Amino acid sequence: MQVKDQNFKPLVVSFCCNWCSYAGADLAGSSRLEYPAEVKIIRIPCSCRVDPLFVLRAFQRGADGVIINGCHPGDCHYTSGNYFTRRRMTLLFSMLDYLGIERERTRLEWVSAAEGARFAKVMNEFVGKLHEMGANKRLGDIRCKE
Amino acid sequence: MRQKAHELLSSGAVGAVLAWEKGELPYDTSPAVFRDAEALDKMVYNGFCGSNLSKYLIEQGKQDEKVLVFLKPCDTYSLNQLLSENRVAREKLHIIGIGCKGKLDVEKLRTQGIKGITGIEENETLKIQTLYGDHELPREDVLLEKCLSCKGKDHKVYDELIGEDLSADTEQGDKYAKVAELEGQTPAERFAFWRGELSKCIRCNACRNTCPSCTCLKCVFDNAHSGVAAKVNATEFEENMFHIIRAFHVAGRCSDCGECSRVCPQGIPIHLLNRKFIKDISGFYGEFQAGETAELNSPLLCYDLEDAEPNIISKREGDN
Amino acid sequence: MLVCWCGSNIAGTVDINTVVEASKREPGVVYATDYQYMCAEGGQAMVRRAIEEHSLTGIVVSACSPRMHETTFRKAAAAAGLNPYMVEIANIREHCSWVHKDKEVGTEKAVVLMRAAIAKLNLNTPLFPGESGVIKRALVIGGGIAGIQTALDIADAGYEVDIVEKSPTIGGTMAQLDKTFPTLDCAACILTPKMVDAAQHDKITLYTYSEVDEVSGFVGNFSVKIRQKARCINSKLCNGCGDCIEKCPAKKAKSEFDEGLANRKAIYVPFAQAVPNVPVIDQTQCLKFKTGKCGLCEKVCLPKAINFEQQDEIIEKEYGVIIAATGFRPLSPERYGEYGYGQLPDVITSLEFERLMNAAGPTGGALLRRSNGEKPKSIVFIQCVGSRAEPDKGKSYCSKICCMYTAKHAMLVRDKYPNIDVSVFYIDVRTPGKNFDEFYRRAVEQYGVNYIKGMVGKIAEEDGRLRVQGSDLIEDTQIFVDADLVVLATAVEAQASARPLGTMLTASMDQNNFFSESHAKLRPVESPTAGIFLSGVCQGPKDIPETVAQAGAAAVKALGILSKDKLIGNPCIAGPDELLCNGCASCEKVCPYGAITYADKEINDHGHRTTRHVAEINEAICQGCGACTVTCPSGAMDLKGFTNRQIMAEVDAICR
Repeated sequence: MQVKDQNFKPLVVSFCCNWCSYAGADLAGSSRLEYPAEVKIIRIPCSCRVDPLFVLRAFQRGADGVIINGCHPGDCHYTSGNYFTRRRMTLLFSMLDYLGIERERTRLEWVSAAEGARFAKVMNEFVGKLHEMGANKRLGDIRCKE
Repeated sequence: MRQKAHELLSSGAVGAVLAWEKGELPYDTSPAVFRDAEALDKMVYNGFCGSNLSKYLIEQGKQDEKVLVFLKPCDTYSLNQLLSENRVAREKLHIIGIGCKGKLDVEKLRTQGIKGITGIEENETLKIQTLYGDHELPREDVLLEKCLSCKGKDHKVYDELIGEDLSADTEQGDKYAKVAELEGQTPAERFAFWRGELSKCIRCNACRNTCPSCTCLKCVFDNAHSGVAAKVNATEFEENMFHIIRAFHVAGRCSDCGECSRVCPQGIPIHLLNRKFIKDISGFYGEFQAGETAELNSPLLCYDLEDAEPNIISKREGDN
Repeated sequence: MLVCWCGSNIAGTVDINTVVEASKREPGVVYATDYQYMCAEGGQAMVRRAIEEHSLTGIVVSACSPRMHETTFRKAAAAAGLNPYMVEIANIREHCSWVHKDKEVGTEKAVVLMRAAIAKLNLNTPLFPGESGVIKRALVIGGGIAGIQTALDIADAGYEVDIVEKSPTIGGTMAQLDKTFPTLDCAACILTPKMVDAAQHDKITLYTYSEVDEVSGFVGNFSVKIRQKARCINSKLCNGCGDCIEKCPAKKAKSEFDEGLANRKAIYVPFAQAVPNVPVIDQTQCLKFKTGKCGLCEKVCLPKAINFEQQDEIIEKEYGVIIAATGFRPLSPERYGEYGYGQLPDVITSLEFERLMNAAGPTGGALLRRSNGEKPKSIVFIQCVGSRAEPDKGKSYCSKICCMYTAKHAMLVRDKYPNIDVSVFYIDVRTPGKNFDEFYRRAVEQYGVNYIKGMVGKIAEEDGRLRVQGSDLIEDTQIFVDADLVVLATAVEAQASARPLGTMLTASMDQNNFFSESHAKLRPVESPTAGIFLSGVCQGPKDIPETVAQAGAAAVKALGILSKDKLIGNPCIAGPDELLCNGCASCEKVCPYGAITYADKEINDHGHRTTRHVAEINEAICQGCGACTVTCPSGAMDLKGFTNRQIMAEVDAICR
């Protein structure tokens, strides 16, 4: 049984596509819906802009979880971007899982511009799960640790 | 083969022949380009010609001449992939498909205690002469890892075939057995397995250099401007990073030729990373074999509206 | 570095001073300050002044969401002579102060977000949007009421328009209708003048009996190949006298215009008011083509317009914009065995009913049973045939027009033949629209149409009549209604040609093969593909007033491009590093816009000149999604404004 560190603050990099999820996150803000401050958002034009390199980079630098948010299938501003994302990230996450990097640390979510509440809920859930798991020890770079 | 090569080279039909050259020891062969018909004496084709010649065509194809290349059935998949990515011009090639009975792994001979090899007679049973006496053993005991999941006897692209009827039916094992076994383990066990393997990596780049899908002019890991350049693995992370990204970059393009593992001086089963992607791709998006034809698109270049969501990886059966 | 308070919106949970002070320790920051409302004129003046006074090469504004004021600050920067793309926004309101209540937590996060923005800005480079010209001609694909209206509106604004229509005449489905709801105008009376207007307009060129074969290019510069199918008539010589039709002995072809309820000749015009009034020879029916003998039409044609040798002609033209107006087809109800359509002659579709009621139709407007030519005593209408169905049974959507046209049909029958009993089986009656519900209520209250809420399970022939078995959901019983005629309100279905056309246009389609709009609410007549607009039912089911409104809207949007001399692009687009590009063409395959092409180019690789097959981006087409960048294993393809290094710098700053 893992002993939970109460002071552990998971670091979460959240990629949000400009058209849906970033706006969804904006709506969560303007609706004053709380989610953990450990979530830091990076704006990208489309979820399909997320290179596996970015995901690994985040883990390297000490992220405990990486979540990619895009428009719902069928709603992509660029019509097909999120479909490519879905294939790429399914395979990447599966590969990370295969290497023993817990699958709960990576996530792909569809959040529309109208789903502020959903954005907050997803972030709360994701961070909650990371709290249970503790710090990322399997894909960090020792040089980036304090 | 030699006669055919001689014929085409002397007649000027081709400017070069890409084949295997014998080395000093009986199990020693290496890919070689022959430009001179006289030099063809050194050409060889035996059980140790496991190497896949298709990638050499990228460099060879830059010359203004036609190249004769000998390809085993499995090598033709790689060539198709190269053709689909415009890495090689089909019209510059004269492809002779050759038969294959499964290639031999000298490391497996060594682990059987067979050393100091001076000669080999290849039949269903191998007769091996060594400095310390003769050995006999069944061919299938010492096949290369890649031959254990042989793709079959058919050449997927060729101009003519020689001796293809001499190909042997190779037992087609379950190529996903090891991948499935790992999937069945706990994350901690998988992590331990891969740490053990990847920590052996010395970043010699042999896997990358031999891989017929690794065809970038400049690898992101060599490009100082990419932001991820790393010539060596300084940390555990970089060991993971290199192999994950390399596998991802060839995902959907890798024909599972197994060259990466064959050439790895550290014996890392790199092909198990590629096979994981192949297994997932085939499982999630429909059976797929890269290089089946030169017109095939990588599953990462297309999509289906009804594709599975990433949580499919948590729902896999027999997985924990 | 400029930090905004947004009154107390930000300053309430973020300690502004801490953020300002922290920013001064970041690399590249030479000046940092704060202001109460950065977006207000005072704040913007401050932005301009700061840029000028400190010769800033870039600014980070820590404020509200960039979706809110990025444009504002870019303009302010540009006014001070700074490239507008040297502005980055740290979103410390929506993503920070508004979601976190604890000031310490909020401040800490604001500092991180600010750091990420600075890290990104340090890698920004000035960007300059590209320009491209505009060919001042529009192509409208489809010559129904939607296409005609769009074309007329564009032409009236002074621009040239071509209409490509696949059938021999313009007019579309509306031309087949009898009366139109809710005012009961005769369709022909209101449509044919528009058809004539279109034909006579000096800015409009009609290509009837023509199809689009190939489309290339991009907004402002489309090249289109139009296939004008062989009519076997020289349109320039034909005077439309109709002598040829009269003499033609092949009269067994089913009239498409009459929904197969009447026959037409092998040489025909679809209907009397067809535009253009030039016949077509149906080569599958014509005796000359089938047997080599006949040629009567050729003999009687005084202007010598008949030409059996005529071949399809390919016309290549260029356009600045393309409007899809391909309309719909009614779904064929043959697949629904319960209705017996195709087996029972007195079970017909609504569009067939329109033809039967039409004074110019096969019966001259007399409503007669198809089985015996007698007048029906009782008619049953069935709604939602194929609409609102389970996925494997039909269309999941509501076809929108059936409730109203069924009410219209019922009303017209009762008006013309008060002795005929009329029943309507419905699931729901949906009548949103101006004067629509009033119209429906008139059918019920004034005309005594019997509306039955329920579905029909079976139609069987019994003693020469039709026995309609259905459920009455209000009475909760099974009922039987005897009818002489059953009319099926069949679903609206996208044209079979719509999807291939969508592929040609690189315009996205939905799962029902309707064209997708760029935004369901805010950009309903624009395709996500720049320069492609949507007019009428090709975008989704709609009635005539809506179609005409949308057709006008599409025209206005198209004019927005046609009226420009130059199109200014978005500079945040992809671009290849030719030294790294290995020519694999993966990026080309994932580009949703066809913005990537490959060409053999001479590359100077550090003095070593070689010819390589490398990617090229058409800057006018690229929308900057970045799909190509991730596909490229060598990292040759990058996205301006969101480069690999910029995003990684943000990741690094956040994870520091």
